[in-house]
Amino acid sequence: MDQLLSWGRYPYNLQTPHSIYWPDDVPQALTDSGSAGQDGMLVFGCGRSYGDSCLAESNHVLVTQNMDRVLAADWETGIILAQAGLTLADVIRIALPRGWFLPVTPGTKFVTLGGAVANDVHGKNHHVMGTFCRHVSRLVMYRSDEGVVDCSPAEREELFAATVGGLGLTGVILAVELQLRRVVSSEIEQRVIRFAGLDEFFDISQKYDATHECTVAWIDCLASGKKAGRGHYIVGNHAQEGPLELAPPGGVTMPIDPPFSLVNQFSLRVFNTIYYNSQQKKEVLSRVGYDAFFYPLDRVLDWNRMYGRAGFQQYQCVVPQQDSYEVIRAVIQQISKSGTGSFLAVLKQCGKSVSPGLISFPLHGVSLALDFPQRDHVNKRLFSKLDALVHEAGGRLYPAKDAHMSAAYFKQAYPQWERVEALRDPRLMSQFWKRVSQ
Amino acid sequence: MNKTIFIVGATSGIAEAVARRYAEQGAQFFLVARNSHRLQAISADLAARGAKEVQTFVMDANNSDLIPQMVDAAWQAFGTIDVALIAHGTLPDQQRTETDIPYAIAEFRTNAESVIATLAGLAGHFESQRKGVIAVIGSVAGDRGRASNYLYGAAKAAIDTYVSGLRVRLFKSGVHVLTIKPGFVATSMTADLNLPERLTATPESVARDIDKAITKRKDVLYTPWFWIFIMLIIRWIPAAIFKRIKL
Ligand SMILES: Cc1cc2nc3c(=O)[nH]c(=O)nc-3n(C[C@H](O)[C@H](O)[C@H](O)COP(=O)(O)OP(=O)(O)OC[C@H]3O[C@@H](n4cnc5c(N)ncnc54)[C@H](O)[C@@H]3O)c2cc1C
Ligand SMILES: NC(=O)c1ccc[n+]([C@@H]2O[C@H](COP(=O)([O-])OP(=O)(O)OC[C@H]3O[C@@H](n4cnc5c(N)ncnc54)[C@H](OP(=O)(O)O)[C@@H]3O)[C@@H](O)[C@H]2O)c1
Repeated sequence: MDQLLSWGRYPYNLQTPHSIYWPDDVPQALTDSGSAGQDGMLVFGCGRSYGDSCLAESNHVLVTQNMDRVLAADWETGIILAQAGLTLADVIRIALPRGWFLPVTPGTKFVTLGGAVANDVHGKNHHVMGTFCRHVSRLVMYRSDEGVVDCSPAEREELFAATVGGLGLTGVILAVELQLRRVVSSEIEQRVIRFAGLDEFFDISQKYDATHECTVAWIDCLASGKKAGRGHYIVGNHAQEGPLELAPPGGVTMPIDPPFSLVNQFSLRVFNTIYYNSQQKKEVLSRVGYDAFFYPLDRVLDWNRMYGRAGFQQYQCVVPQQDSYEVIRAVIQQISKSGTGSFLAVLKQCGKSVSPGLISFPLHGVSLALDFPQRDHVNKRLFSKLDALVHEAGGRLYPAKDAHMSAAYFKQAYPQWERVEALRDPRLMSQFWKRVSQ
Repeated sequence: MNKTIFIVGATSGIAEAVARRYAEQGAQFFLVARNSHRLQAISADLAARGAKEVQTFVMDANNSDLIPQMVDAAWQAFGTIDVALIAHGTLPDQQRTETDIPYAIAEFRTNAESVIATLAGLAGHFESQRKGVIAVIGSVAGDRGRASNYLYGAAKAAIDTYVSGLRVRLFKSGVHVLTIKPGFVATSMTADLNLPERLTATPESVARDIDKAITKRKDVLYTPWFWIFIMLIIRWIPAAIFKRIKL
């Protein structure tokens, strides 16, 4: 197997993979594979985290993709127990024809159950369903100091709370028990509403979040002045009738690694303007498949390579509700002024549901996410301005997307981090944790 | 009609990938392996992926005394078997086989004799049901002995010859026999080797080829396809030259 990088390909620290096929491979792999006294290992799922939270301090990772079996499934109740390397794409493939879907899904289906747990991921339905781990009833783990242990919200609660959203530090997750959600159809009733600015975004969000399980907005971060904060609000509900059909597999790949980033100021402006104007009507109603609705980016399998050798960073923050309007506006202004940033930024109103993890990312407020081609100085300058805004409002950054936040910042934003550190498996350490916990 | 699939070495990475394809078509399985925990996990997984029924039999392939019992159990369970896949095997440490004779013999046993014994046990049942496919995983390594793995290669060559003869015998009864010769495949068997990335196939792509070869009743399958040319060249090199090349 090739050496591995995180999704943003920045920092460019190649990881040496050690494949895990069965749970009983884990103890040996943990002791054999590492360098530097065998500490500082980490588990690696699909590597869909952007920054350095899925990179091992030792640059040696245990890869779980081959440990991907469903161990038990009850199609009456929709509870499945599966090995941690099973991907969400496979869960859908197996469960959807039987009328079950993921209760919560991130914007890509190519993540493992273990990865979804370790980042306590959220999706477009956060304001209704909360985070992924609200639907996880049990974990089977391996800890180098204890062997195989079970934890759940009722048994070894502290270990459970430290593990969900715990960034893979508290042990190797072997299996995950998940409550799926019923669906009648594989289709989504989608409504796309064009909005001209941030004020309108907040109005629309107020109006539609109550009636739609899934909501998200794409905004054009390059537009300035009157057009600032323009975008599309996309809402949807699982259809109440219609076919139960799997989307055809496949997708295209990048034919070559471009020598430089294809994402630059010029391509961005053109793309964003075309995208915004692609919908002329104020509101368009349609019925779309789950793949088109939840996973539009999965159509190009390795789109992350389009940023070239330098890679890119994603900036994702969440700002508490009360000040969200002003802070998000200020953040967007800064980004617009900088002229950098990605095709589209994703804006999402997160709900009140309290996340089950000690250091889960989501909180009640508004989350903004967008990609930046890696340019050391430009990003550093911009991020420090954005960080200051977010921080002052009591917001925080998403570790799954991060390659830059400082230790001081992290510790304030995630005050429970020491409880996770206390339960960290002594053999495990990520580059992210090394950076923020010292 | 749901197909019935019989697999020896059901916990092998290649066999598992093949089984998943059949499971999605609603097949029923009789799975044989030595590790009961793994066997149980694979059964549950195949059931979740759509298998109609899964029966298991725990057996070490070297325990040839159990073969008649295993074969009877399979036919008792399902009446007919549409596809039998023999997949178990090990990759011996060649260097160790050169000095540790009991080890060499044990490895040869696992990779050659136990396969032959299993095939002998199956052949009669297939002959009387007068249909079905027997697929056996050999290896490109059996095409010519190389210094780096000639004990393994010798075992695979023994299977190759045995299967070739069996194919002729069973042809008369309408039973088809397939020899599968994979090149490098990324499974637990090769996890510690530093295989050339470009030449290494996934078990899923190999499984796709196997599935197709079974349907098309192919006699010998090289998978991925380009190995047929690599091996053609390797077989053609005169011994006088071959012995000087490090492969
Ligand atoms: C296009 C795209 C869209 C995305 N959209 C969203 C979104 O909407 N919401 C959201 O929340 N996230 C989103 N993400 C981020 C992604 O969901 C998370 O980074 C997720 O954790 C990745 O899972 P993975 O299997 O790739 O794990 P990796 O990225 O490989 O690892 C992530 C973490 O999980 C740990 N881990 C993995 N498996 C195990 C295990 N078995 N035991 C212990 N620890 C383990 C790793 O150590 C690491 O800390 C998106 C990512 C992409 C690329
Ligand atoms: N991978 C390659 O590059 C490659 C190339 C050419 C040919 N092949 C052949 O392909 C076949 C499958 O191998 P694989 O690649 O799928 O590797 P694998 O995943 O390691 O599978 C090998 C299987 O053989 C089983 N096995 C070994 N000794 C056994 C015994 N005494 N009794 C019962 N089962 C036994 C193992 O069972 P446990 O799970 O209990 O260990 C394991 O399931 C083998 O015949 C191999 O020689 C592989």
